[in-house]
Amino acid sequence: MTTVHFTDAAGATTTINANAGDSVMETAVRNGVTAIVAECGGSLSCATCHVFVAEADLPSLEPMGEMEDEMLYGTAEDRADNSRLSCQIRLAEGQELHVTTPETQV
Amino acid sequence: METLIVPSLAGAEAPTAGTATGLLIIGASQSGVQLAISLRALGYTEHITLLGDEDHRPYQRPALSKEFLQDKVGSESLIFRTNEYWIEHHITLVKGERIASLDSNPDGSGFAHGTSGTDYPYTRLALTVGARPRLLEAPGAGLDGVVYLRNADDALRLKELAPTTTDVVVVGGGFIGLEAASSLASMGKRVTVLEYGPRLVGRAVGEETSEYFLTEHRKRGLDIRIGARIEEIIDDGHGALCGVKLEDGDVLKAQIVLVGIGVIPNTELGEALGLEVNNGILVDSGAVASDGTTIVVGDVANMPNPVPGAPTGERIRLESVNNAIEHAKVAAYSLMGRSEEYAGIPWFWSNQADMKLQIAGLSTGFDSTVLRRDPERGKFTVLYYRSGRIIAADAVNAPLDFMAVKQALAAGRSIDSVAAADPATMLKTLIA
Repeated sequence: MTTVHFTDAAGATTTINANAGDSVMETAVRNGVTAIVAECGGSLSCATCHVFVAEADLPSLEPMGEMEDEMLYGTAEDRADNSRLSCQIRLAEGQELHVTTPETQV
Repeated sequence: METLIVPSLAGAEAPTAGTATGLLIIGASQSGVQLAISLRALGYTEHITLLGDEDHRPYQRPALSKEFLQDKVGSESLIFRTNEYWIEHHITLVKGERIASLDSNPDGSGFAHGTSGTDYPYTRLALTVGARPRLLEAPGAGLDGVVYLRNADDALRLKELAPTTTDVVVVGGGFIGLEAASSLASMGKRVTVLEYGPRLVGRAVGEETSEYFLTEHRKRGLDIRIGARIEEIIDDGHGALCGVKLEDGDVLKAQIVLVGIGVIPNTELGEALGLEVNNGILVDSGAVASDGTTIVVGDVANMPNPVPGAPTGERIRLESVNNAIEHAKVAAYSLMGRSEEYAGIPWFWSNQADMKLQIAGLSTGFDSTVLRRDPERGKFTVLYYRSGRIIAADAVNAPLDFMAVKQALAAGRSIDSVAAADPATMLKTLIA
């Protein structure tokens, strides 16, 4: 089972069974995780799907591209070493991912 | 710590369409969807019916001219929310229904009459009906193969025609035209873009940016004709098109003519309600129309300019995802009885081939520009100034510039124009 655990800034966790091949952003938005805004729908234009990835899960992710890296400097809550834009994280079959969402995206 | 397994949350059965009162949102668009979502997030307890005239679940439009057209994403990726989301949040979706007329009462309640014969009672009405493509006026414009690109069915039709197409003529060098032209070129089609005006994307960007896109698109193989005039779309003798004849005598071979020459706001229902209409339905800063009750949001709304510091009384109609979302949030507050004035920095994006354009602010009324170019890395930014203060930026493959300007504008600050001319200097460090 492919699963994403979203923990919000207040510490509450929502667990969603995801479809392999979807992005973390799509998984969040379609299921009403409101801490992910994703204005641009995943075209890497808005930096409103910012997440902090659990350190233990970081090695399982593909490295980020230059555009994502630059966009992360424009997030509403400052980036950290484990920051990613969730539209750029594709879920593999059976992957389990833990992310924390920032207090604000805009 | 609370853990919820979604989507196992069972919601109570939503009332059947046609029996629920509450809020009726006409237009299952980006703004209609956002209005419903924002209302539930704010604790709105009335029933919500979200009604659209397409046979699809509510979906996102931006990819239609890009990733969806190129088969890089499937239709499921365009869907806004799962079916479970709508059920859990007591939002009734009505697909494939067009509202033919409205009977409204002075208190804002009434009945909407669908062309299917179903009546939809409401206690409050919201219009998120958007805009429709402006139709091409030229001999042969009704031929099979002349297509527009506004909704999913348009994109599906284009995808259906694409495999047997070698040559495409795109009418209109705006965002939609250039995005679709780039997509079709990447699919191996020979593409010619006809722009009637003196430059590309003339309505949305300044001359430097127009020139940049003209040069770059030509480099990538698009045949772009500026100031082009169509004489006729040529019939193949069987009701389909086979080419486009220009006034200068040139004949372009084509199996598809894709028209992207702007949109017309769908004001008809607003007019039927007696609402004030002038390039869209007029609303106040809380997205309320002239009757004091009807909510109007998104592309169809003509509203006070939301840019902080804009002249009092200045009005604007914005066609963008960002506006659909932010305007809907303000409308949701109005429906909750809270008065929030719509204020914000409009922003836009357009992806064309390997060029990602991001626009922050509105450049209308600028008196000077500053260029930042880094050709090696494909970066290009135009900063727009009025009376020495920054008002907008067009940034291509330069998200740092885009975001610095967006942040400066949101904070009511500027960026020194002399220092900004050095592309090696980070704009973020110049915000003051």
